Amino acid sequence: MPRNPIQVDTLPADAELEEDEDGTGEGDEIMEEVDDQEDGYTSSTPTSTVTWISWFCSLPGHEFFCEVTEDFIEDDFNLTGLNTIVPFWKEAMEMVLDVEPDEDATKIPDVSIVESSAEMLYGLVHQRYILTRAGLQAMIDKYENNTFGTCPRVYCRSMNVVPCGRSDTPGLDTVKLFCPNCNDIYVPPSSRFQGVDGAFFGTTFAHLFFQSYRELAPAPFYKPMSSGSSSASPKSSNGSSVPAFVNPNPHGGQKRAEGSVYVPKIYGFKVSERAKSGPRMKWLRLRPESPEELDMVDWRGRWINGDYDGEGDDDEEDEDRQMEDFGPVFFSVLNYDSHFSDTLVFLGCYR
Amino acid sequence: MLHRAVEEISTGSDSDYSSSWISWFLSSKGNEYFCEVDEDFILDRFNLTGLNNEIVNYPQALDLITDNLDDDIQDDFRASLDVQARLLYGLIHARWIVTTRGLAKMLEKYKRIEFGRCPRVLCQQQPLLPVGLTDVPYEKSVKLYCGRCEDIYSPKSSRHGSIDGAYFGTTFPHLLFLVYPTLIPPKTGPPTEGAASSREGVDSSGRRRRGVREEVQEVVASDGGEGVSTASVALKADRYRPRIYGFQVSEIAKLQRWQEAVRDRQVARLEALESRNEV
Repeated sequence: MPRNPIQVDTLPADAELEEDEDGTGEGDEIMEEVDDQEDGYTSSTPTSTVTWISWFCSLPGHEFFCEVTEDFIEDDFNLTGLNTIVPFWKEAMEMVLDVEPDEDATKIPDVSIVESSAEMLYGLVHQRYILTRAGLQAMIDKYENNTFGTCPRVYCRSMNVVPCGRSDTPGLDTVKLFCPNCNDIYVPPSSRFQGVDGAFFGTTFAHLFFQSYRELAPAPFYKPMSSGSSSASPKSSNGSSVPAFVNPNPHGGQKRAEGSVYVPKIYGFKVSERAKSGPRMKWLRLRPESPEELDMVDWRGRWINGDYDGEGDDDEEDEDRQMEDFGPVFFSVLNYDSHFSDTLVFLGCYR
Repeated sequence: MLHRAVEEISTGSDSDYSSSWISWFLSSKGNEYFCEVDEDFILDRFNLTGLNNEIVNYPQALDLITDNLDDDIQDDFRASLDVQARLLYGLIHARWIVTTRGLAKMLEKYKRIEFGRCPRVLCQQQPLLPVGLTDVPYEKSVKLYCGRCEDIYSPKSSRHGSIDGAYFGTTFPHLLFLVYPTLIPPKTGPPTEGAASSREGVDSSGRRRRGVREEVQEVVASDGGEGVSTASVALKADRYRPRIYGFQVSEIAKLQRWQEAVRDRQVARLEALESRNEV
């Protein structure tokens, strides 16, 4: 049987080995919790009380899966179409639901074939289950326990991420992590997730999740909280140091975004966009300061009033314009970093 | 510090004394991001201007990293000196990697992909470069800069996450691409010809570099090197579009349209600038 406790115990060791081979040794999330649980189950009564599903979800690399309830799997309606995708359908169903196989059933040459079928079956059912109310609830519990990890992008400030597939068809790509703040997807930091199919989470889940729990979704606009900006904003009426955040769009994200964007600097000076190596990708992470600015762009992605003149990132444009007479400029003289007392020394020894 | 002490005890014999403090430092775990600073750079006092104010026991720390320290010092003093020596080496390193030779050394490490790869899926395993958020020590740990998405990420491993960012400085990756514009990563496509071969490290990095060159030159198929335009490269960048049952999510789609309008405006601005310069 696949859920033999001996086999279970050996698996985490394999995972560690794998990580060491990887050379980077990033054991960011540690498996101990899962192991403890496993011990708790197995020590009380041997094998029989651990269902296939909870065994499967406790395997290293399967931390992102939630446990699909058996009645969801037993309802044929929820499985529509899957029997054409999963080989050894009947045997896989029996394995997932812990049904003793019929003795007179056709013999399967190798139990590992059924195991992989069962994994695919469970994964595809899981993709559907996590879109249901119960599934979303199971996943938010994992989300709030930080099971899925945090965004690697520095300015997302360790925002929690959710698993996400790039395809709903199995066998195409492994699981990725979606960050609701930068709306981008990342490779999981640990190599043990490289064997997990992204289709088992699907393309929809991550976004339905943040539509369902809007209080966890960062809003699409961001105003830095400083320098008297609060007087201009309508949301600061309650007088506390951190005013309550409100997104006027009730269907949008209701969380204050982490809106800082990285600004490359050389010797404390911003790199000008006129340099060949100057910034080209700031737009990818930029947010407007107010929700109204979003409406200045029409559905085709054009500025509605011709040349838009908002505050956004236009300071750079204006500053550059003043310097036009100086011919080719590599750095625009902005934001001199006063910490940098050794600037002249540096320039002296360069080259 | 602990490692140092352990090593001292374990080696004992004179055979290992031949290796310098710097090579010991570079080979100890967690210091993989550092490159070797040339000894004559350290010995030129001009390059160390101001550092004597940052470091306690500066003369002894300098002696330690240049292997000129007397052996007959107290063990507890030696331990504290080791901390200062690391700080000194780090701050010298930050200055060194923005010199011509230092850039070249870090470039070799970049080509061997010693700083890891961008975690962003659409950057397709773009190699990263270390960067600090401040040039003042003891403030922020080292981050990794991706030349493709032009954003910064935290190192995956905690032993790199604890390195001081000031040992690399805020300038380094941007100066590297300023000095070597042909190495600016393309905004689209895999860093190498075959995504599968991109894992092979050293020998694929040569091909990578050529791939980068070809790609950049492809953008404007004109004169190589100096005349290559990067005005409109952003239009080629891939981005992720969240979808629910195949439909874009309203508020995110709106934000993305706005971001792309900002991008288009920058491209228009840069192209106008370029055509004006050509006239």
